Amino acid sequence: MTSIEPGLGRARWRRSWWYHAVLYAQTWRGSVVSSVLFPIFYLASMGIGVGHLVAHHTGLVQGQSYLRYIAPSLLATTTFQLGESESLWPVLGSVKWIRVYHAAAATPLEPRDILYGKLSWVATRSFATGVAYTAIIAAFGAVQSWWGLTLPLIGALITLAFAAPLTAYAARVDSDASFTMIYRFAFVPMFLFSATFYPIAAYPGYLRPVVQLVPLYHGVALVRAAAFGQGSLPAQLAHVAVLGAIALAGVAWGRVTMRRRLAD
Amino acid sequence: MLEARSLVKRFGAFEAVRGVDFEIARGESFGFLGPNGAGKTSTMRMVSAVSQPSAGSLSIFGLDPRAHGPEIRGRIGVVPQDDSLELELSVRLNIEMYGRYFDLPRRVLRERTDELLEFARLSERADSKVDDLSGGMKRRLTIARALVNRPELLILDEPTTGLDPQARHLLWERLYRLKREGVTLIITTHYMDEAEQLCDRLVVMDSGTIVAEGAPRELIGRHSSREVVELRFGTDAPEQMQDVLAPYAERVEVLPDRVLLYVADGDDALRAVHGSGLAPVSTLVRRSSLEDVFLRLTGRTLVD
Repeated sequence: MTSIEPGLGRARWRRSWWYHAVLYAQTWRGSVVSSVLFPIFYLASMGIGVGHLVAHHTGLVQGQSYLRYIAPSLLATTTFQLGESESLWPVLGSVKWIRVYHAAAATPLEPRDILYGKLSWVATRSFATGVAYTAIIAAFGAVQSWWGLTLPLIGALITLAFAAPLTAYAARVDSDASFTMIYRFAFVPMFLFSATFYPIAAYPGYLRPVVQLVPLYHGVALVRAAAFGQGSLPAQLAHVAVLGAIALAGVAWGRVTMRRRLAD
Repeated sequence: MLEARSLVKRFGAFEAVRGVDFEIARGESFGFLGPNGAGKTSTMRMVSAVSQPSAGSLSIFGLDPRAHGPEIRGRIGVVPQDDSLELELSVRLNIEMYGRYFDLPRRVLRERTDELLEFARLSERADSKVDDLSGGMKRRLTIARALVNRPELLILDEPTTGLDPQARHLLWERLYRLKREGVTLIITTHYMDEAEQLCDRLVVMDSGTIVAEGAPRELIGRHSSREVVELRFGTDAPEQMQDVLAPYAERVEVLPDRVLLYVADGDDALRAVHGSGLAPVSTLVRRSSLEDVFLRLTGRTLVD
């Protein structure tokens, strides 16, 4: 797996990580403002607006005000969105339209190095976003346990659970025709129905197993448990295992599709 | 420095390269001439240690690319057909960032980038966004980028396709300079004049096989006559011309739009044609080129 030539074997994927980091550093302006303002607007709108109605009708949600109840799930949906938005079009562009990954494949980097560099960079960005969001969520009083410190790591895991398989998929398709369908019929329902805005108990019993099949649900459950310090440890480890398994399967698939795309 | 034996590349059931043999010596500039779809690009991808041969053996710098891909690629520069530059970034950053893939220290990179910008005549555009460059400038930047690791071997896939004549000549001039500096060049092209200009030796490829090999003049001497007379006959069906013109040439080639006479002396032949009462609309006497070699060997023209 690793080469023994001097200077060539040492973690080539880091060079790809660095490449993505510099690229981001050159083009990030604007995205930062929106990524800080968006969660504040979102919490203000949903938490205060809808929260007002909720307080009138049901009072607290699992012991939390509605605002505090939904605040952690914002971290899950944001890291999910980061994972998918960094993976479909940007990856297809890099292997098909602008072909910068092909340029990288002509250097000592192997296709898997390019994949690892890309995914580790997206995970890094997700972690940094997670730190900022954890601070914002804490400012709204929704981080109530030391487990809250794991929120940025959970965010990175959620991002990888989406970025890895989607990168693998985008590396093998020839057009973006299917991407819009994935958005409409997978991402949007996932965002709406992953118990993001209410507890899973709000669903009738027969629907709950269906919701549990949705990857994002495990992310939402995990961030909520970490922020509030609630739930059993084995249950949380099960959520981690589900997300981790999806991420690892995505990496394994990506190694195959990247190699076929770049080195065949 | 490079040796290929019975090299094959298959994509599923399709055989893009069907058992080719060639050897390239250090300092040589070697060409692959052929039409689109001849297997040139597939061969280039194997020779640049990016894609693996489906069968046969390949040795680059005495190393097997199956086992030493990263090391070999560290000593090669590749100029792909499409520039694949980072369009949103500056000219300078495109080179520097690429250099990091080769693990070059930042200080070395900064110096080298200045040199390369000078070489590519892009110093004044160092801070421009790549998107704003002309086609010729982008091509030169792609070449500069490929030189960032000081490669011993530079591989160029269709380097001047889509460039205007002035941009082509500037590019050729830069490539001569690299050649003088001892860089081994591998060039694919479907332009015969480019192959004649740049290549010490070349192979002609067609449908995944090598149909001829040699120096450009040598190939022309072997497969074509010294001169060619091109005749155009208005609207007449040219098919019957084959027999009519046969007595005046070593060989007659009838193309849809013109007839080619392969002869030792073009002016003599043309006089004889006029003397026989034939009245071509236009005539041209020229030296034989690689285009004629290709036509002879494959029965097709290079550029459709």
